[in-house]
Amino acid sequence: MGYVAVKGGTSAIEESIKRLRYERLKGKQVIDVEVIKHSMRGLIDQIMSEGSLYSRDLAALAIKQAEGNPEEATFLIRAYRSTLPRKYYSKVVETEWMRVERRISAAFKDIPGGQILGATYDYTHRLLDFSLYEEKIEEIKEWVEEFEKSLETDCEEISSQLPKVIDLLRREGFIDQVKRDDSEPEDVTRKSIEFPTTRSERLQILTRGETGALTALGYASIRGYGTLHPTVGELRVGKLPIYIDYPLENSDTDEDSIYIGEIQVTEVESLIPDVKEADNENGNKEIQFSIGYGICYGQNETKAIAMSILDNCLEKSHIDSPVHNEEFVLMHVDCIEATGFISHLKLPHYVTFQSKLDSARKIKKENKRDEKL
Amino acid sequence: MKSYNFAFFDEGSKREIRRATLKAIALPGYQVPFASREMPIARGWGTGGLQLTLSLVGKDDKIKVIDQGADESVNAVNIKKLIKNTTDVEETEFTEEATLIQSRHRIPEIELREDQILVLQVPIPEPLREIEPSEYITKRLHADKEYSGIWLMLFERIMKHGSMATGADHPVLVNNRYVMAPSPIPRFDNHKLNNSKALILLGAGREKKIYAVPPYTEVQSLAFEDYPFEVENMDDKVCRLCGARGVFMDELIDEETKEKYYQCNDVSYCLQRLNNEIAN
Repeated sequence: MGYVAVKGGTSAIEESIKRLRYERLKGKQVIDVEVIKHSMRGLIDQIMSEGSLYSRDLAALAIKQAEGNPEEATFLIRAYRSTLPRKYYSKVVETEWMRVERRISAAFKDIPGGQILGATYDYTHRLLDFSLYEEKIEEIKEWVEEFEKSLETDCEEISSQLPKVIDLLRREGFIDQVKRDDSEPEDVTRKSIEFPTTRSERLQILTRGETGALTALGYASIRGYGTLHPTVGELRVGKLPIYIDYPLENSDTDEDSIYIGEIQVTEVESLIPDVKEADNENGNKEIQFSIGYGICYGQNETKAIAMSILDNCLEKSHIDSPVHNEEFVLMHVDCIEATGFISHLKLPHYVTFQSKLDSARKIKKENKRDEKL
Repeated sequence: MKSYNFAFFDEGSKREIRRATLKAIALPGYQVPFASREMPIARGWGTGGLQLTLSLVGKDDKIKVIDQGADESVNAVNIKKLIKNTTDVEETEFTEEATLIQSRHRIPEIELREDQILVLQVPIPEPLREIEPSEYITKRLHADKEYSGIWLMLFERIMKHGSMATGADHPVLVNNRYVMAPSPIPRFDNHKLNNSKALILLGAGREKKIYAVPPYTEVQSLAFEDYPFEVENMDDKVCRLCGARGVFMDELIDEETKEKYYQCNDVSYCLQRLNNEIAN
């Protein structure tokens, strides 16, 4: 009988996976994917946004499989996303058509259409609610029914289409008029980015970025490593209708497009004051505003605001600061890339370490010889 | 939920990766950007290599996966399992039986043939990254064949340490044109890249680059006339199991005697010698 390879790796992995399954199940409780879908909105929104795949069902499944670990759940969603062929691209979406659920402006008190607080944690007190230990399904049902009844009478007056706050400033000439650009954007998941990037590429990378990474860099920017304090011109949460061209004919008229559903997004337009050399007679400098844009799947308001700050920072690449450097920002905000490379340090590095050790020993030996001489 | 396609990807994605691969072969040592996909294993764990393997694997292929010399290392097993689960192709541990070999940080001791492809996993594809963090600039340095920075880096090390003091991933010049990171293979393996009979493909998933050393391409390790390239010292080391010399060894400590001993790093090579399947 000859020698055979020790099958250590295979069985170790099998046992480890068993152990992992045990950790998930040892409490002998099963959470239904439907329950996750309807009770973990915050986590689902984060994972859809970072996972770059709009599906509440799959996000809920990923959360169950990953035991609620957002890093793992996002990973599952991204890996699944890789297997999906890209059949259609949607038509351009106008966010003016958003069915608004929440909409605030920090720039103006009175805005046409009004401020709509919607659902927000902003004005809750973060006190643990111990009564949630005792939540009863019958009581919930009753409350929900009553609440929904009250909605029917209240909400009909609110127009579904609200004007954009920044259009007011634009009309007054405080924001540079820009040409409409509907050119086909590059899809960063189909063509890897090369520097310098286009704005559409930057926005794609940022919207897929990890919430914490974007927040940290956005925070660094307003704290002193970048653009001055921005003002949230408008923050909206709502649903956008998505259309694709009628797939069977070469037609791109609006009548032929097909409605395929709606997505919930958070959209932010931030205003950042810029001092501008004016063309007026006395040569005074004028203040104008530039816009920072943030948008992401679901209700992820901090992320969308941070994105709007970073978008504006990256438009001003001449400023010497890490948050204005597109390579620094864009190469490091992706959850999958960052966690993957950090976690790969757990892999064996026997050969590479041996090689470095060989160099170190040689240098030491030579140094000793030199000392003797 | 529907199950996965053969070799995980949809056919369009595979074709796209192969197109980038063909470009890489046409430009030896040049890093071709490609739309790296997120994989079911983590970025940094061999996704570049895995994407190459999955884009190339056909039903008749025989796969070998190695991690730092071992077929049974947990990550190698894990990658093999994914390939097997999505393709059902045959696996092997014997280097000469494999048609497609994916490896992390080693080139097998047995010389590869023309009908084999070696896929190397790459963490950092840019050999100039250590001296220049910006991708925008390194791309231009390559275009201009402006490599004084890396030469200077090696020179400074000689000044500081008395030798180039590089570990694994010692930079090479491919086809007299591009300076290339050979992936963190030990310096011991660098010469195997030169005039290799097999096609060598290198994939970096996180950094989204594919590059290649086509068969019979000249690959030189960067060195100076008076400070020649030196591999890890394996001269006086003998494998405790098979008695091999002149191959890359793992350094191990005997638990009882606390003495250092050596063993072939290429486990399947060692095993084949033990079984007299290759010449001793």
